[in-house]
Amino acid sequence: MTEFSRYWRVWLTFARNSLVRDMTFRMNFILQAVSSLGWTAMNVGFYLIIFQHTPSIGEGTGWDENRFFLFIATTWFINSIIQAFFMPNAQEFSELIRTGGLDFALLKPIDTQFLISFRKIDWSQLTNFLVGLAIAAVALHRLANDPVQPMVPSPLALILYGVFVICGVLIMYSLMITLSATSVWLGRNQSLYNFWFYITNFSRYPMEIYDRGWGKPLYSVFTFVIPILVVVNVPARILAMPLSPRADWEWGIALWTALVTVLSLLVSRWLFRTSLKSYRSASS
Amino acid sequence: MRFSNRISVWVMILKTSLGERLVYRGDFALGTLMRFLPIITQIFLWYAVFDAIGQAEGSSQSQIGGFRFADMVAYYLLAMVARAFSSMPGLASGIAQQIRDGEIKRYLIQPVDFIAFLLLTRVAHKLAYYVIAVAPFALVFYLARDYFIDGWPSIPVLLGFCSSLVMGFLIGFFLEAAIGMIGFWFLEVTSLLFVMMLFSFFLSGHMFPLTMLPEGVLEVVNFLPFKYLAYFPAAIFLGKIPEDELAFELCIEAAWLAFFIVLCRFAYTRGIKRYSGFGG
Repeated sequence: MTEFSRYWRVWLTFARNSLVRDMTFRMNFILQAVSSLGWTAMNVGFYLIIFQHTPSIGEGTGWDENRFFLFIATTWFINSIIQAFFMPNAQEFSELIRTGGLDFALLKPIDTQFLISFRKIDWSQLTNFLVGLAIAAVALHRLANDPVQPMVPSPLALILYGVFVICGVLIMYSLMITLSATSVWLGRNQSLYNFWFYITNFSRYPMEIYDRGWGKPLYSVFTFVIPILVVVNVPARILAMPLSPRADWEWGIALWTALVTVLSLLVSRWLFRTSLKSYRSASS
Repeated sequence: MRFSNRISVWVMILKTSLGERLVYRGDFALGTLMRFLPIITQIFLWYAVFDAIGQAEGSSQSQIGGFRFADMVAYYLLAMVARAFSSMPGLASGIAQQIRDGEIKRYLIQPVDFIAFLLLTRVAHKLAYYVIAVAPFALVFYLARDYFIDGWPSIPVLLGFCSSLVMGFLIGFFLEAAIGMIGFWFLEVTSLLFVMMLFSFFLSGHMFPLTMLPEGVLEVVNFLPFKYLAYFPAAIFLGKIPEDELAFELCIEAAWLAFFIVLCRFAYTRGIKRYSGFGG
């Protein structure tokens, strides 16, 4: 337990330092917050326009406007956590490899993966978390007051939602660590962020839409090999639709998500530690 | 300066920037190919949307804003072509920075026109980009050929498409350059740039065909120049602009282009008068 409290204290120091840094350049902080808000507003605008023309995403999938906005809110929760806590570190990591700065991280008496994953926090990215809360609140309110079929999620559904959002964050984190590990092998991975963006792009819509024609292989690959489809889909589905009745495949995929969270954490940690062995310092 | 000398200066600028760009060609081609990945998501998203309101494929296809499902996919591909012409990464911020750190005084001394120089380096960059990007673009368009259900448009439409691409490039250039010139008056333009970028991204039709917008909004957006950056060329190619109105619409685009050229020139001459450089 003392080991844990030591890491916790180190993390708190990281968090405080980042906050101090952010608050030193306050204008920059506000601009960053505003710019991510603008980006969000644009996306919300796009979906609002889509729902001007259709009642739901996909025939008979149940993703109508309010439910889809719960989906969007979930995407926002997970993405904002990733972008606030992990993204700045992953970006710095490939720089550390190139410049040889990783030497100093390896020398410190602390787990290297912990150190390079949590050192920096970009607090301004959490604005999108708040936006997600607002979107979710509006969508849930509308669902509860639906004249035809009102729906209020049960406490159990809310707890499960929280758990699976955390699972989603952990899967994304593992993917990021895996990508970071490749930057050790490649020396430098400038397109890391681009690749990340293109891959996670698949997770932003209900997985049912891929379940046809040549989408089926994509569906399987992104569910079972690189499990990014379950990241948002599983928690969003738990919150947006009543807990019972549920089809068997839904329970199956929820179980798979829990399992694959553990698996991907283990695999990514193993990959990361293996990649460190082939790290050659850059300075003399 | 004699005209032939001027030409040789231009050719030199073109050659240098072209060489500069061709250094990282492999990375470049791969990056271009990756850029098409989000289109896959769009294909499935729009299939689901069209499926929900009627038929996505077959005899009686539903339409959204005058676009069938296949048109929608073709639209996104064509909008990417249009953006490949009209997007000017780093132009406005580059100008603002050159003003801020005083590098711009070089152009006041040397017999090279600042705007002409920037335009030529952009042309060179774009040319280098097309030389490399043509392969990934051709591959993707070949794979997606079935989405172009009406086949190739007629020759006049094709000509209109090409001229709208070229004018799109020029409008993109002079619009961004004019924004960059604001740097003569305000030292910090990043936030302004960001707002402009958001607007141009949303209103250019990069995210969705503009005809999907509600009636009232569409009327306003039609009066703005942003649509020439992505929506307009794609709409021409897909025959969404009637052929007899095409010439007229292109004239309006040319008028916008003339406006931005004048605006850019005006801002530059005015800005230079305000500008004061110190030190070496």
